Amino acid sequence: MTDDKDVLRDVWFGRIPTCFTLYQDEITEREAEPYYLLLPRISYLTLVTDKVKKHFQKVMRQEEVNEIWFEYEGTPLKWHYPIGLLFDLHASNTALPWSITVHFKNFPEKDLLHCHSKDVIEAHFMACIKEADALKHKSQVINEMQKKDHKQLWMGLQNDKFEQFWAINRKLMEYPPEDSGFRYIPFRIYQATTERPFIQKLFRPIASGGQLHTLGDLLKDVCPSAITPEVVLSMIEDVITLSPVWQEISSWLWSFCMEVLRKQQKLL
Amino acid sequence: MAEAEEQAPVSPQSEGRSGAGEEAPERTPESGASLGVGEPATSPAGSPGTEDPAGDAKKKIDVLLKAVGDTPIMKTKKWAVERTRTIQGLCDFIKKFLKLMASEQLFIYVNQSFAPSPDQEVGTLYECFGSDGKLVLHYCKSQAWG
Repeated sequence: MTDDKDVLRDVWFGRIPTCFTLYQDEITEREAEPYYLLLPRISYLTLVTDKVKKHFQKVMRQEEVNEIWFEYEGTPLKWHYPIGLLFDLHASNTALPWSITVHFKNFPEKDLLHCHSKDVIEAHFMACIKEADALKHKSQVINEMQKKDHKQLWMGLQNDKFEQFWAINRKLMEYPPEDSGFRYIPFRIYQATTERPFIQKLFRPIASGGQLHTLGDLLKDVCPSAITPEVVLSMIEDVITLSPVWQEISSWLWSFCMEVLRKQQKLL
Repeated sequence: MAEAEEQAPVSPQSEGRSGAGEEAPERTPESGASLGVGEPATSPAGSPGTEDPAGDAKKKIDVLLKAVGDTPIMKTKKWAVERTRTIQGLCDFIKKFLKLMASEQLFIYVNQSFAPSPDQEVGTLYECFGSDGKLVLHYCKSQAWG
């Protein structure tokens, strides 16, 4: 796991160039210039857009400003999904920069969770970490940590400090040498082709015969409609060495799914 | 039959032996279509009537709801819940059932450790964290576990 530091770094420092534009119907006192930002794929929209908010609030009257929310081509963007996932899910075919529309009115209650403070993001993030550890170690590792360790994970993400985050997260990614892996591998598969929420199931890292499961095995098991065996075989060797990182794996797996689908279409 | 036709998103299950008898009167006054609650399962265990139990079992899972701290308990603890029901949906249901204000907070926990996000479906949680054929969820008016 810790040998894969280059991969972990690449995942951590993945960025999406983004152009934020104010929604046309928002009332401003003068013209609102677009705002450009490199968004970290592993972070959350509402965590990294303070500057965007300030930028647009400058041209708006105070009473016109309500809770900020974001939309891409008519789809409200869920802040509680990692940014990289949102991009892969809704915009992977778009030309960069990714063009996101900013709203301060008509919050879409049905589609989005409220995010009134950073505490809400922290609670969501920690819940994800805890859920993952429940699958990986029956929650033992996360429960043995101190409050300050939990805080360090969060501060690492919030301040984009790779070393700070991984000093603690390393423990969450370890397993006893006598085991060959986690109890279950935490993963979520999101599909752009369906309105259904993500797929999440129990999946052991080791097959009953003792051999290590591959990503292809996982997809075959939980998302068989997306792949055919020939296609997976041709791709699996490239991707099998990548380490799953809880925050990114969902979007990454999804990209993989789509790549497979594209190849499949070419073959047909 | 009536229950199936109403497609109740959440319907109570008789707890163990003869719980249904004493619970029914409590529930009737508010046998609320407004609550989205189905008619109580009047026939306890045993007699599934003309329903297809297998089909029903696929669509619904058993959820055991437990109160934490000074949060009011629910007399009926075990409920048959549609797999696609979200945590938010379940949360709203519990609030209505306990007659809490909509503005009051209610936290729901899995494994007494983490709070699933409101848009997570109970079916998925059951797949990953269910045991003995049911999903145990704790609910609380204040934050109980981190």
